[in-house]
Amino acid sequence: MSMINYASREINCKIVYYGSGLGGKTTNLEHVYGKVQPDTRGKLISLATETERTLFFDFLPVDLGTIRGFKTRFHLYTVPGQVYYNASRKLILKGVDGIVFVADSQVERMEANQEAMQNLYDNMAEYGYDLTKMPFVIQYNKRDLPNAAPVRELQAALNPGWEVTEPSRQRVTPDPSHGGENLIEQLATGEWVEHAPYFEAVAVTGDGVFETLRAVSKLVLKSLA
Amino acid sequence: MAVGSASWSFTEDDFGAITQSLQRFLHESNARCALLVDRSGQLVATVGEQPKFDATAFATLTAADFSANDQLAKLIGETDFNSLFHQGEKESMYLADIARRVILVVLFDNRTTLGLVRLKMKQTVDELTKLFEQVFARPAQGQGGAPGLLTGADDEIDKLFQ
Repeated sequence: MSMINYASREINCKIVYYGSGLGGKTTNLEHVYGKVQPDTRGKLISLATETERTLFFDFLPVDLGTIRGFKTRFHLYTVPGQVYYNASRKLILKGVDGIVFVADSQVERMEANQEAMQNLYDNMAEYGYDLTKMPFVIQYNKRDLPNAAPVRELQAALNPGWEVTEPSRQRVTPDPSHGGENLIEQLATGEWVEHAPYFEAVAVTGDGVFETLRAVSKLVLKSLA
Repeated sequence: MAVGSASWSFTEDDFGAITQSLQRFLHESNARCALLVDRSGQLVATVGEQPKFDATAFATLTAADFSANDQLAKLIGETDFNSLFHQGEKESMYLADIARRVILVVLFDNRTTLGLVRLKMKQTVDELTKLFEQVFARPAQGQGGAPGLLTGADDEIDKLFQ
């Protein structure tokens, strides 16, 4: 639920990093925190357990620039990855404007990724939000690991696409980040599908972290335009 | 309400009315500071002594606190707790729900009492509830209402991310 404050001339938006446990959600935020100018970000707040697993959420506010004289403030949140904390995970989705799903590329985490994706759909649906109609990007993290699954397999499992029923949107839309691939396309069966934009990343080194953040923030602002 | 397209905004007039109501409350209750936070964790307004802490982080934690307590209420068979009180040795805080969308947080110390704060807060909560109900009843941007602030700003948005 974005908020425009005409008094302080700010546009405030909320972005949530979602995904299975130990997938790199907190690492994404830590990298952003470390890289942006201190005067354009706030404190990184972590509600974590003693073993540094996220208990409730991590939070980082960042300013991404000015549009029409209004400061764009993005509030970045992560959720706890463990299923055990679903109650608190759901609370963080309240009023969300954009979602980043951080998938762990390791072959053995495929099932955990799928469970987390299903759980995201379920939790959003409980709020009456439709994930397919809002700013949503997927990040395939840990691309540097030898046991990382090929992107094609991850796409098939986690981003097979949802049906596009509006005739005005049924046209081939190329993916600007991946040449030769499309965000909206027609399948051999004649059905039109839309995929979420995806990004490959190695969050510990920062690769792909800003590309992901930029993509989701841009989608959020465009959804207001 | 679709997320993303759904937003709310408040004008400088709204801000003036909110500030006036809260200033009167602070004067009558002798509390130090009042903050308004929306349920998604964003700070809407601060009135009274400017807090020395990180108000953005404070707002986020307030919303989380309120949401967690809402769930606790449901577990024990209540629909919600419409106010919360946290007592410290010197500083205390009192939180109250406004129109189910905003939280009023009042910080006070031993120059006043919980009883007075609660008493005076009731009227302020009623005032602000009416005010915010009007704000939320206005058509939101991108929902066929007034043209939004960012309408036609696509180029500017693109430039921001170059």
